[in-house]
Amino acid sequence: MEKKEENKRQRKKIRGGFWRWVIASVIFRLILIYFPQNLNLSSRPEVSTPLTSLRRLAEGYWLKQASMSPYAGSMYHGSPLLLSVLGPLTVKRIEGQPDHVLCSLLFVIADIMSAMLLRATGWKLQVAYRESLKALDIINIVESSDILASGDIAALVYLWNPFTIVACVGLSTSPIENLFIILMLYGACIRLVPLAAFGWVMATHLSLYPAILIIPVILLMGYGLDAPPRKLFLLKGYCKIGDNNSGNIHCEQEEMINRSKAQIIFSRRPVVLFFFWTTLWSVYVLVLCGISVKQYSGLWEMFQRTYGFILTVEDMSPNIGVLWYFFAEVFDFFRNFFLIVFHVNILFMILPLAIRLNHRPCFLAFVYIAISSMLKSYPSVGDSALYLGLLVLFLDELADMPFSFFIFCGYVGISLLSPVMHNLWIWRGTGNANFYFATAIAYACLQIILLVESVSAMLNHDRKLRKLSVANLQDGKS
Amino acid sequence: MSIRPIDAMAIPLKSAHFLIFLLLVSNIFTPIISLGSTIDQEREEFYEELLLRPLPDRKVLAHFHFQSTAPSSNSNGRHHHLFPKAISQLVQKFQIKEMELSFTQGRWNYELWGGFDPISSSNAKPPGVELWAVFDVPQDQVDATWKNLTHTLSGLFCASINFLESSTMYSAPQWSFRPATGNIRYGMLPREAVCTENLTPWLKLLPCRDKDGLSALMDRPSIYKSFYHSQRLHLTSNKSGPEGMNPGIILEQTLTVVLQPNSQRTSVTYSGEKNVQPSWSLSSIFGRKVSGRCVLAKSSNVYLQLERGLVAELKKNKNNGVGNIASEGFWSGTGFELSVRPDKVFEEENSSHRRGSSVLFEFSIDKYSDSQPFDLGLKWKFPVTWSSEPAPLHASRFLMGSGNERGAIAILLKSADLNDASLGTCSSSNGYKFRVDVFQVVPWYVKVYYHTLQLFVNGQPKAVGDVIETIHVSPSKDKISPGVMEMVLQFPCDVKSAALTLEFDKGFLHIDEYPPDANQGFDIPSAAISFPNFYTSLLFPGNCSVDKSPMLSKFQEKNPVLSYTEVLLVPLTTPDFSMPYNVITITCTVFALYFGSLLNVLRRRVDEEERLLKSKAGKTTPLSGLLSKLSAKLRGRPQETPQSPSNSSSLISSKLLLKVFLVAVLAVAWQYYFG
Repeated sequence: MEKKEENKRQRKKIRGGFWRWVIASVIFRLILIYFPQNLNLSSRPEVSTPLTSLRRLAEGYWLKQASMSPYAGSMYHGSPLLLSVLGPLTVKRIEGQPDHVLCSLLFVIADIMSAMLLRATGWKLQVAYRESLKALDIINIVESSDILASGDIAALVYLWNPFTIVACVGLSTSPIENLFIILMLYGACIRLVPLAAFGWVMATHLSLYPAILIIPVILLMGYGLDAPPRKLFLLKGYCKIGDNNSGNIHCEQEEMINRSKAQIIFSRRPVVLFFFWTTLWSVYVLVLCGISVKQYSGLWEMFQRTYGFILTVEDMSPNIGVLWYFFAEVFDFFRNFFLIVFHVNILFMILPLAIRLNHRPCFLAFVYIAISSMLKSYPSVGDSALYLGLLVLFLDELADMPFSFFIFCGYVGISLLSPVMHNLWIWRGTGNANFYFATAIAYACLQIILLVESVSAMLNHDRKLRKLSVANLQDGKS
Repeated sequence: MSIRPIDAMAIPLKSAHFLIFLLLVSNIFTPIISLGSTIDQEREEFYEELLLRPLPDRKVLAHFHFQSTAPSSNSNGRHHHLFPKAISQLVQKFQIKEMELSFTQGRWNYELWGGFDPISSSNAKPPGVELWAVFDVPQDQVDATWKNLTHTLSGLFCASINFLESSTMYSAPQWSFRPATGNIRYGMLPREAVCTENLTPWLKLLPCRDKDGLSALMDRPSIYKSFYHSQRLHLTSNKSGPEGMNPGIILEQTLTVVLQPNSQRTSVTYSGEKNVQPSWSLSSIFGRKVSGRCVLAKSSNVYLQLERGLVAELKKNKNNGVGNIASEGFWSGTGFELSVRPDKVFEEENSSHRRGSSVLFEFSIDKYSDSQPFDLGLKWKFPVTWSSEPAPLHASRFLMGSGNERGAIAILLKSADLNDASLGTCSSSNGYKFRVDVFQVVPWYVKVYYHTLQLFVNGQPKAVGDVIETIHVSPSKDKISPGVMEMVLQFPCDVKSAALTLEFDKGFLHIDEYPPDANQGFDIPSAAISFPNFYTSLLFPGNCSVDKSPMLSKFQEKNPVLSYTEVLLVPLTTPDFSMPYNVITITCTVFALYFGSLLNVLRRRVDEEERLLKSKAGKTTPLSGLLSKLSAKLRGRPQETPQSPSNSSSLISSKLLLKVFLVAVLAVAWQYYFG
């Protein structure tokens, strides 16, 4: 009893600390917003890509106000809905306030909401994790990390991640894109089908790459939250049945089998519902878009200028990815071939990962997001902020991931080096493009290591659980 | 023997026949010939004129004007007497309504050489090549016609005008460049170097080339060492002349040169006076003399123009100007001396300008010949300083910002002490407003943010809506079209300075899109700034010869004042040109690393590996993989032990053979079907 009381008190304390940190992060953001010129963050290539730059959005809005298509010219490549929401805010000026204060506030709110949703998702995941462990009778390994609420930590990490802060203050629209992705995951976790469908449709509409997240969402709908491999439950169930056979209680045996099977059976109903809602929401979004671009040239131009721009990598201004320099240098003859290769590289990995990690849909979503933010045509630090936040959700599972310190140092090093190299190349003219490209290559390698190591750690964790549960069973039998 | 007399008889007979034939022919054709000659008299004509004007900064402006006119093509078939056939074919083929092509080297100095007269506003051109054309074809064929036209012109003038073919290089201004014209295309090549190979084909269009007449003055070295020279070709064709103009093609060729006369110091040197105008003569500035007119020209005149400022100054010097300037004694009496007596002297009629009116001396070169060449000389008696009349606002353009990522274009309009006369037109014509049209084309790799347009009037920031009356923007599309901005600005009359800034991002190009000297930078073509409230016109009294002179009638036309800004040089970031292979291989390596390592993690099964290791540890055979598999097989069926190695190897080889065979078959099939 005493221990429990103590636990509760401790938790309350932590929770109080949590809110304090959240408020501190908001204040920190506001301070940064009120810095003159936004610290020039909005013009950093790491922060604002041609897709997410608010400056381009303002240009699109200006064109629209001048009764031209916002996609006339090659400035704006975002969604028309975002334009009609954020556009008026870019124009509105408040006396004595920074230029884009309203937009910045909107981004801060988006960040806070993302953090809250992450926290709720984290709780859900942790509860599910604990239940599944309980079902497998291997509580003991959880005891040590009982106090660590991965949801809280993930939310705080998301809020205090310098990448998130920079993306939020640097006037890029990636906080909003991230919000919809997290919203989708949250909706899928609590099995609120319309919300998940809405999140997926919006996220796909805003930045195309979240389209591949439909697989983890379907798995989440069908199988439920992350759990150890289903085989273990079956094994456990049969073993228990085997135990109970000696007791000759028939109906209990049936019940056991059913219960263990329930976790394996793919429930079709939410998935069908999900598809229904997805079509509903996409029709809705398309109609809204159609209305807002109707007087110009319609939806086809919108698709060409948004998705087409993403897929054909037309803009070769530097960013933290590797594709810009590649396509600036590659011979025109091979351009189409490499475009296909690079995009297919994302798609190729979908199936193997889905097969191997189908029992952990949330983690699968994290892996997909990490892959796409690494290989996408115009990556920014906002995307990295999202997957780093999601990574912390799996704190318990990935506790024994190797190279974590190395990766951390790598991230710090790259985020310090990349602006320096950019400055040397663009502003001082003493360096050349290869300097900056080298940091981009290093960053890509770092992300690859993080990705591979986290997947490997998760698989190892599953192996460990399997061993433990098998050992448990053998103990029980013997 | 008897053949000869017959032959002798036949000859006079033949000659008689021929005579009769000749008579007949002449009888039939005389009316036709006479008719033809009358038509010719009123139609195909060629004029040559040269205007000389001393400039305030000790330079001399020489403006050659050649005009050829041809009747509408169908009236006298395909042949021309004087008119260049290449041009008439061009007009017919591309249905050109109006076209102007100019090759310019150097920059017209609007502050010193004036910006308010017809020469500066219609003959001062931006550096490089400027081409615009108005077509008389359906809207959807305009672009194709333009492309063909650029190719033809580049062949005609030995210039890379064909670069204007690409849709990133030309634009379609709607109203600001030339009012009330549709189907217009406009392109500029600011970096085109202009040299003799462009001048020679241009001279070939003249009936006398540069062999005779005024064009004989065009000594290449003296022209190309000039401070500014602009060679222009203007083409107008009226099919049916609805506005009372005679149908046909008018080809107007002008060459505007600003030269520095070799400073032959006058005998009287004024101490401390640096602005002593150098005395010059045609032979000293061109190194040649005019030895008679081009016999094909209808009129051949040389004019000497004194600007308003100069005339006013001279008047002042002449002790409160006694009598009429245009009177007999003026040209020798006041301040300067002409070596040749002018045939006529005109004074400008329009006296609304307080500065006075300019004076024009006309010299007809009909009477000069090889033995007595025409060599106009001007000798200053005492130093005169004056200033040319500037444009209402002096326009300049510059870049702001540093670094290779972004910047801003600024257009600065500075008032050059507006004189009262122009102020009067400003306030009366448009309700205390003063209109400025801006037309600017920006290449696509300079990505202009039009929403960042800022305006400063007299140093104060102004809301965009207060000053801009109309704005038309067609934003640039990457690798497809340039950005075009046309604006009408309305300023209050007392505007001292106005600035206009636009921010832009610098684009990053593909490695192939950089020119050979990529680090030199890229040019933004000049912006055209016109002042529709102000007209350039030099009205000389209605003399019958003035009516005939095409150059002077051109000067009389009321055209809005137009000036071009500077060409801007934007340095763009360059990638490393030397290592595309490295970039390709390194990037692909990164992708391979990602793909391979992730797939490896996914397919690895730790338990099996452990088992394998254990089994390996049990057996110390160094042969791996295959052998262990083999041993497993052997354990399953021990009776086959002796045969198995050969068996398995044969099995493997047969598999290998099968594979090779399959591949070969595939290759053959491929070759057969697709090869």
